[in-house]
Amino acid sequence: MNIIVCVKQVPDTAAEIVPTADGAAIQTQDIPWVMNPYDEYALEEALRIKEREGGSVTAICMGPERALSTVRTAAAMGADNIVHLSDAAFEGSDAHATAAVLAAAIKGMEYDLIWCGKMAVDDACGYVGTALAELLGLPHIAAAVKVELADGKVTAHRETEAGTAVLRCPLPAVLTAEKGLNEPRYPKAIDIMKAKRKEVQTKDAAAVGVSAEAVGAAGSATRVVKLERPPERGGGTVIEAPVGEAVARLVRALREEAKVL
Amino acid sequence: MAGEILVVAEFTHGALRPVSLELVSEARRLANAYGTSVAVAALDDAEPHAAAIGSYGADRIYAITDANRAPVSAVESLARELEPEVILAPATAFGADLAAALGARLGAGVVANCVSLSADAPGALVQRRPMYAGKVIATVETKTRPRIVTARPRVFSLGEADAARTAEVITRPAPEASPTEAVVELVELLKAEREELDVAEAEVVVSGGRGLGGPEAFSMLRELASLLNAAVGASRAAVDAGWMPHAHQVGQTGKTVSPRLYVACGISGAIQHLVGMSSSQVIVAINKDTEAPIFTKCDYGIVGDVFQVVPALVEELKRAGVGAD
Repeated sequence: MNIIVCVKQVPDTAAEIVPTADGAAIQTQDIPWVMNPYDEYALEEALRIKEREGGSVTAICMGPERALSTVRTAAAMGADNIVHLSDAAFEGSDAHATAAVLAAAIKGMEYDLIWCGKMAVDDACGYVGTALAELLGLPHIAAAVKVELADGKVTAHRETEAGTAVLRCPLPAVLTAEKGLNEPRYPKAIDIMKAKRKEVQTKDAAAVGVSAEAVGAAGSATRVVKLERPPERGGGTVIEAPVGEAVARLVRALREEAKVL
Repeated sequence: MAGEILVVAEFTHGALRPVSLELVSEARRLANAYGTSVAVAALDDAEPHAAAIGSYGADRIYAITDANRAPVSAVESLARELEPEVILAPATAFGADLAAALGARLGAGVVANCVSLSADAPGALVQRRPMYAGKVIATVETKTRPRIVTARPRVFSLGEADAARTAEVITRPAPEASPTEAVVELVELLKAEREELDVAEAEVVVSGGRGLGGPEAFSMLRELASLLNAAVGASRAAVDAGWMPHAHQVGQTGKTVSPRLYVACGISGAIQHLVGMSSSQVIVAINKDTEAPIFTKCDYGIVGDVFQVVPALVEELKRAGVGAD
């Protein structure tokens, strides 16, 4: 069973994110960079499947030079092959262009299953995994919280507003991972050390086989025009009184002031 | 007809999800700015809902029967025929996945989880959406046509319903499923143990966090919720501890909600929770820790033990006649 996992490097969700003065980008100094948590679920599941069924796990990451640390984290967790898609031309790619690059890179590879995270916590588009399936002509099941493999098919549980859908499709397929799928392992110190020396396959746009028009800003279908801080909320009233009086004051305020009751 | 607004409606077991009418309302507002019309893709029996959909401003409803097995192929086929300017879909599990697949097939940009749309001229569209766990609001433009947009429940307000406005219902058979959709089978649909209001759709949400100490305390919250006709939500801590199912989780790795009233009980207010509920109209926080970050974001706060405050609040609400119908 050969499994490919797409991973992305993102700012830690606890990081302070501030737009630059011109609103064109975010300030990136002092940001702690981590593997996208949803990609950790994807990679962990891939590793567990490999441990049960045999085969190999290849982690692919499209990102700038700093993303190399995330590629090595994938190796430390147990990925057998690690691929870094890195080229100045990829910068400014939106989800659409990113999916195109990943599809081009994956096209020539051998795989039974492709795992992605449901979404990235930085841009929260939730696009790449599903788009990748369409571009590669594969069936997909998104936001899987439980997965089983048998007889060349994958059966996955997916939460929807209508309830939990149990879906099944033949391999090869694309799955995206939702929170609750598993608890990702922490790499051991010795594996982190070994990962530092592991060979990385680095591919630029030419090696991936994508043209300039298909990547970066040119290949993007959308463009971020401006970034702003959201309006602050706060300045509310903390009611300090014995419980009985406090709830009476609250109910009165909700009725008469806030008018939500 | 080129240039119109196409809305993808969402149904669950034949019932039209409220977000669908919110999207039709927003589509009507855009269509008025553009001088164009609103079409709706309904992948279920649309007849019982045609009057409502029309009253909020749809001009035509395409009732694509039997499309449940291959919704993407159905909407793709309609989109290629109609060539709309904008396609609006709900940011739900169904809508988000459909929008992404549709975007890939049409080569159309998808702007997910929009919190506002505005058009100051025909064809113009200003799209705003949160990024980085809600710490930044991005203004995004789409280069392609159509532009695909998804929005969560309660982001767009319902317009004025006009019973005199009707939509033409056009029934179509579902087109052939694409090979990628044809091979995915729905084995089973497991419904929730109890029929509960969806946190994303409810007007009021009462949420519990670590401070509740265990699953039993959620029955205390259910009593409060029932008086307020509210959905019950939970913080990540409560869900990770197994006290509530993930479907109730509010926050970055759960659902983003925009209720009229959000009551946070025993929730400290970590940034990842705040991003899930900060667009609530009114936030009430109950926590015994005066330093809890949630107190800096709420409209009203009570410092106290949830096990005393919540039952007292229930009594006070009953006394005040709330929920007495």
